[in-house]
Amino acid sequence: MKRLALSDEILLTIEKPARYIGNEINSIQKEKKDVNIRFVMCFPDVYEIGMSHLGIQILYDMFNKMEDVWCERVYSPWPDLHKILKEKKIPLFALESQDAVRGFDFLGITLQYEMCYTNILQILDLAQIPLLAKDRTNEDPFVIGGGPCAYNPEPLADFFDLFYIGEGETSYDALFDIYKEWKSSGRCRDEFLRQAAKVPGIYAPSLYQVKYHTDGTISSFAPIEEGIPEKIEKQVVLELSEAVYPEKPLVPFLQATQDRVVLEIQRGCIRGCRFCQAGMIYRPTREKEAEVLKKYASLMLKNTGYDEISLSSLSSSDYSNLKELVTYLIDEFQEKGVNISLPSLRIDAFSLDVMEKVQDIKKSSLTFAPEAGSQRLRDVINKGLTKEVILEGAGQAFAGGWQKVKLYFMLGLPTEEEADRCAIAELANQIAACYYDIPKEIRNGKCQITISTSFFVPKPFTPFQWASMHKEEDYLHFAKTVNEAVKNQLNRKSIRYNWHEADVTVLEGVFARGDRRLSKVILRAYEKGCIFDAWSDFFDNEAWKQAFCETGIDPEFYTVRKRSLDEIFPWDFIDAGVTKEFLKREYENALAQKVTNNCRMKCSGCGAGKYQGGVCVENSN
Amino acid sequence: MRIRIKFRKYGAMKFIGHLDIMRYFQKSIRRAGIDIAYSEGFHPHPLISFAAPLGVGITSDGEYFDIVVNSSDTSKHSLEVLNEVMAEGVEVVSYKRLLDSDAKAMTAVAAADYKLWIRENYEAPQIDYEAALFQFFRKPEEILITKKTKKSEKVMDLKKLVFHFQIEMEQGRPVFYLKVSTGSTDNLKPELVLSTFFEWLGQDFHPLSIQNHRIDVYGKKDGALVSLGEMGEIIE
Repeated sequence: MKRLALSDEILLTIEKPARYIGNEINSIQKEKKDVNIRFVMCFPDVYEIGMSHLGIQILYDMFNKMEDVWCERVYSPWPDLHKILKEKKIPLFALESQDAVRGFDFLGITLQYEMCYTNILQILDLAQIPLLAKDRTNEDPFVIGGGPCAYNPEPLADFFDLFYIGEGETSYDALFDIYKEWKSSGRCRDEFLRQAAKVPGIYAPSLYQVKYHTDGTISSFAPIEEGIPEKIEKQVVLELSEAVYPEKPLVPFLQATQDRVVLEIQRGCIRGCRFCQAGMIYRPTREKEAEVLKKYASLMLKNTGYDEISLSSLSSSDYSNLKELVTYLIDEFQEKGVNISLPSLRIDAFSLDVMEKVQDIKKSSLTFAPEAGSQRLRDVINKGLTKEVILEGAGQAFAGGWQKVKLYFMLGLPTEEEADRCAIAELANQIAACYYDIPKEIRNGKCQITISTSFFVPKPFTPFQWASMHKEEDYLHFAKTVNEAVKNQLNRKSIRYNWHEADVTVLEGVFARGDRRLSKVILRAYEKGCIFDAWSDFFDNEAWKQAFCETGIDPEFYTVRKRSLDEIFPWDFIDAGVTKEFLKREYENALAQKVTNNCRMKCSGCGAGKYQGGVCVENSN
Repeated sequence: MRIRIKFRKYGAMKFIGHLDIMRYFQKSIRRAGIDIAYSEGFHPHPLISFAAPLGVGITSDGEYFDIVVNSSDTSKHSLEVLNEVMAEGVEVVSYKRLLDSDAKAMTAVAAADYKLWIRENYEAPQIDYEAALFQFFRKPEEILITKKTKKSEKVMDLKKLVFHFQIEMEQGRPVFYLKVSTGSTDNLKPELVLSTFFEWLGQDFHPLSIQNHRIDVYGKKDGALVSLGEMGEIIE
């Protein structure tokens, strides 16, 4: 048995030592001498969160199917171990081989949310890799980022050698070929970056120069030399059914946040909600064939031993063969004690029928995400869910025995006014009223309506990328309005309201649409001890404020400032499929409260049609 | 049909806690295709119950759990399919059908054998262990100690709860063999016996300096201690 990187004494002193020993079912061991490339994939958050992530499972499987690559994993050490690693100068290690991360060829970091940015510096710091890409030598790994936040990688530009824009399945072969050639040539580090930058989807931030107007906005963003592409094309897998997918996903010993088989049924979303980045960057919507999914479901359950399977997509109800697939899963696996979970389902007769079969009605709750309280604002954000549909769905559900409803909304949306906020409480009240319309003798006590609001953060490559944010105190005021309105409702005793803190929202907003000048703020915040910012226990807003102050950067430049329609954005160098013209058109439609059809009803010419795949070519054969 | 499964736990797996080991085996049994029975109700769960929980950091040659199955292959075949799906550091060593008269693993537990030693990177006190053991353990009529839990303090007599205590010198270092009372009522951790002994010796005791290894777990049958693995019969 291999040696662990940490001694027994350390492992017995820290919380959950199972986070650091590897050895999970379906993890991959290879012989070092048999491989050319050692890749370590990182999710910069704690193990239980990182292990729940589907993207890493897909890439881990894909890399390890390559004969000359060994892909391992690393997650953020919890603060208890962080302290020990720093004190004892133990270099951060990968789980499989327990070898130091700094000796690998690549360190791949997935960027799932902005609030993990300081954790990236923690990983580099503990791995004893220079934090700034410019300080690294041929002895250090190449640090490459990917995932949704890579659609605006600029705030992280100083820390990464490369970014991969788009879906990981397509360009790694080419990148690895170039790497092997470079490694045997013994040439300098920049030479590899130069070659890599020519691979489709690969962005090398050090090879680009940004210039600014005196008002702080960008005046130009261009490669520093000939032969480096001006635009980076996002990568898309067109034949999703044939794409690699793990038949043997990793099974952690610790209970992960998502501890079940995850079956990705489609990528992308036809809906076009104007706030939703995923709905834009994963265009075109592509489905997997039901037969392929059935095969994967069987294999994955068999190879993991999980007793739960969950369908994954942005909007499961839009999957064409949902009925066939769900019926199959229930018929085939329910008797074998397998739970079936179906997130992101629209509430209708079919979904209620399915849920009745797979859940305990008394305990489970129904979820609606109207996102905005009033119909006016729902038209602005293009959320095609009407009050009638919600009340109809809730009514059917109540008649079927459900009593709990969860409602999700956003506050701080463009054009939002006081009336729209109050409408949240009114909608909840109407849903409750719908329950109390059921005769007393039939219904089963009280209903429970839970409202949750989050604060809206405008994201790149959405029609709202031009929208201004609000100040921290304004957000809290918005939440207070909703809270007061709830108290004024007739059915207030059946309604509960939860909201989040606003300080994290503001910071998230800064980084979502930030530029490369922000790297120094992140670095300063990390030096001040900021880490695990996504965890409210650890988030230190004061330290962040100081970091901005000391680096001379005004966060409000990135949040509340009004952006003009012709401003050059830090992420404009990425071709994400959807065109800036389309996004502008959609922003104008939003302000005019004009609804846009979904992709299946009518093509809106967003630009993703150029890939010639998925929903864009569905009916053209 | 009730089946008793015995397994070993070693290497890095010693850091996987009891609850996680239970979940690990639930999945392993499904992967191996063992025809385990499920409870009734909306969320059926597999019928599986573990004997004595093993603390994090302890290795073992004798861990047990019982399952209920609808049907079963031979013991030999079942062992093969289970071991094919094990993680490195867990080995299934026996698979037996229980008789109606055999008590459940969990309720049967009465005692366990442990072997403890001082890790190599710690110095072992150089004393006459045989003589010390005689004075500390064999001679007194009772050895009263106070066991502190979160809520209360409990006075226990080690003479009644330690069934066997022996020290052997291996490569010049002491190895402690203990058979102690185990189970839901009179559970005694062997580390507590050692720390009491070290205290009596006037020596510092560092819990982290000790590696603990469980050798086997025993139940009571007709008043005598019988290894849980002795119960049941091999399925041919």
